[in-house]
This record gives sequence, C-alpha cells and structure tokens, in this order.
Amino acid sequence: MDPKAFVAGMSALGAGLAMIAGLGPGIGEGYVAGQACSAIARQPESQSDVTRTMIMGIAMAESTGIYALVIALILIFANPLVNMYK
Amino acid sequence: MNTEINGARIYWQSDFSLPLFGQISITETMVNAWIVMAIILFLCIFFTRNLQKIPKGKQALIEKAIVMIDGLVEQNMGPGCQSYAPYVMTLMLSSILGSLVSLIGLRSVTADLNTTLGWAVMTFVMIMYANIRYKGLGGYLKGFLEPIFVMAPLNVVSEIATPVSMSFRHFGNIAGGMVISTLLLGALAALSTALHLPLPIFQIGIPGVLSLYFDLFSGCIQAFIFSMLTMVYVGSARQA
Repeated sequence: MDPKAFVAGMSALGAGLAMIAGLGPGIGEGYVAGQACSAIARQPESQSDVTRTMIMGIAMAESTGIYALVIALILIFANPLVNMYK
Repeated sequence: MNTEINGARIYWQSDFSLPLFGQISITETMVNAWIVMAIILFLCIFFTRNLQKIPKGKQALIEKAIVMIDGLVEQNMGPGCQSYAPYVMTLMLSSILGSLVSLIGLRSVTADLNTTLGWAVMTFVMIMYANIRYKGLGGYLKGFLEPIFVMAPLNVVSEIATPVSMSFRHFGNIAGGMVISTLLLGALAALSTALHLPLPIFQIGIPGVLSLYFDLFSGCIQAFIFSMLTMVYVGSARQA
C-alpha cells in the first residue's frame, strides 16, 4: 500500500474522531443555558446580567470544542504527517 | 465542481530575508486589515466632525456607544479603569469589522491566526504589566508557587495558555464558519448539478441563512467575548 495514502486516510479518520469532542461543549452549554433560564424565571429583573454571564460561560465552555475543530482543520488542510514518507 | 479552501493568499514576498523575521510578505489578511483600518479611521473622522455641546443626530449615537463601553469597562474592571476603554473599544471594533468584512466578499481578517494571536499577545503583555505593577515583580513570581511549589510548572503553562486559548477560540470560530460555509456551498452546487436543474435553486436561500449565523452572529459574539476576556483578565490582575 502507498504509505502516503494510508497516512492521508488515517488523518481524515482522525479529523472525524477529533470532532467527537463536540459532545462535551454541547452538554455543557445546554446545561448553562438551562440554568440561566431558571435564574431568569426566578428573577426576571436580573436578565441582562444573567445573559451576559451566560454568554461568557458558554464561550469558555466552547473553547475545548474549538480546539478540536482546529486540530481537525490542521489534520485536513495542513497535515504535518503526510510529508514524512517521500 | 471542486471546492477549494485556502489560507490567506500571499500577494507579494520580498527577495531579501531579515534575521528573526524571515521573508517579509504582504498577505490577503494584511490588505483586508488595511481596508478595515481605513473604514475605522473614516468612521472616527465622520463621527467627530463639528461636535456640539448638546448632542443630536450622529453625535448622540456615538456618545451612547462610548458611554456604553465606559460602563462595561467600569463594571468589569472596577472604578478607575477608564483608561482601558479606548483599547477595549478598538479591539471590539476591529474584531467586528474584521469578521464582517466577509459579508462583502473579502476574506475575514480574523480567519487568520496571525491576527488574533497578535491581539492576544498584546492583551497578554497588558496582563503581565498589570500584574507586575500591582503585585511587584517578586509578588508576581511568588504567585506561581501559589498552593505549593510543586504546582509551579502547571501555573506557568496556564499563564502561557491564556493568549493561546484566546486567539485559538476567535480564529477557530471564524475559520470554522468559513470552512463550513464553503463546504455547504460546494455541496449545494453539486446537488443542483446532479439533479440537472435549469437554475441552481438550492444555492439561493440556504447559504444566506447560514451566513447570518456564522458571519454576523459569530463575528459579533466573538468580538464581545475577546474584549470581555481582556477586561476580565486585566481587571483581575489589577485587583489581586
């Protein structure tokens, strides 16, 4: 088998597997949004504060998912391993 | 039809190479950043023409925006931090415009790690400066040994991770949106061709809805988050 094709195919698989990391931020952000909903329901006057804090928290929780996305993009578009075999 | 997704194009590259910097090149990102700078400069000049004591029209609009940013800075960094407001507003404006420039067909400035990493390093220097100024160099270095001295390497790593995570978050969001939009556009075009449609019906509405999320919403929210994190990090370095 052509080793380069093998590496490229495995990289594509790895990029797909890396995106499983999307699970974590999904669960986390859903939980944050649910908690924010119940907080607003309890104290509607604090809506703007809660919304701002929620967006901040969501952005922080999202970063792990975005790291996975960056790794997947590197594996697909800027793969450092493909050129190991000439 | 084949879909192409590239990094920023290089328009010009110097023949000579400087030490430490290597070859100097002018990329698509830089040219688009110059366009964004020109737009911001134009907005600044336009909004500060013949200011009146009693604001009305465009002056009322921009005063509202400035008061809002000042309030945001004071709320997140504590009183006496008004001098940070211009920096925060600059970050926010150039980030929003840099992302929204993709709406007129140019490549987003922030879809390039160099841009966001540059901003994040700027913020990192400000955090270090605030730390050293308000805790003293000894106090800052002592902070690395915080719970016990064994934690020192981990603390150093988490300190360096700040600019990396900030820049990767912004870059990943915008670049990922760009990749997904391009892929979807290619898939819709392939679908239209496969069904032998006289008109490419699928390409009419769907990419626009997607662009609303990935370009408008994502760009604005990431700008907000980037400047918010800047305020929070610098503010906590000042208070401690």
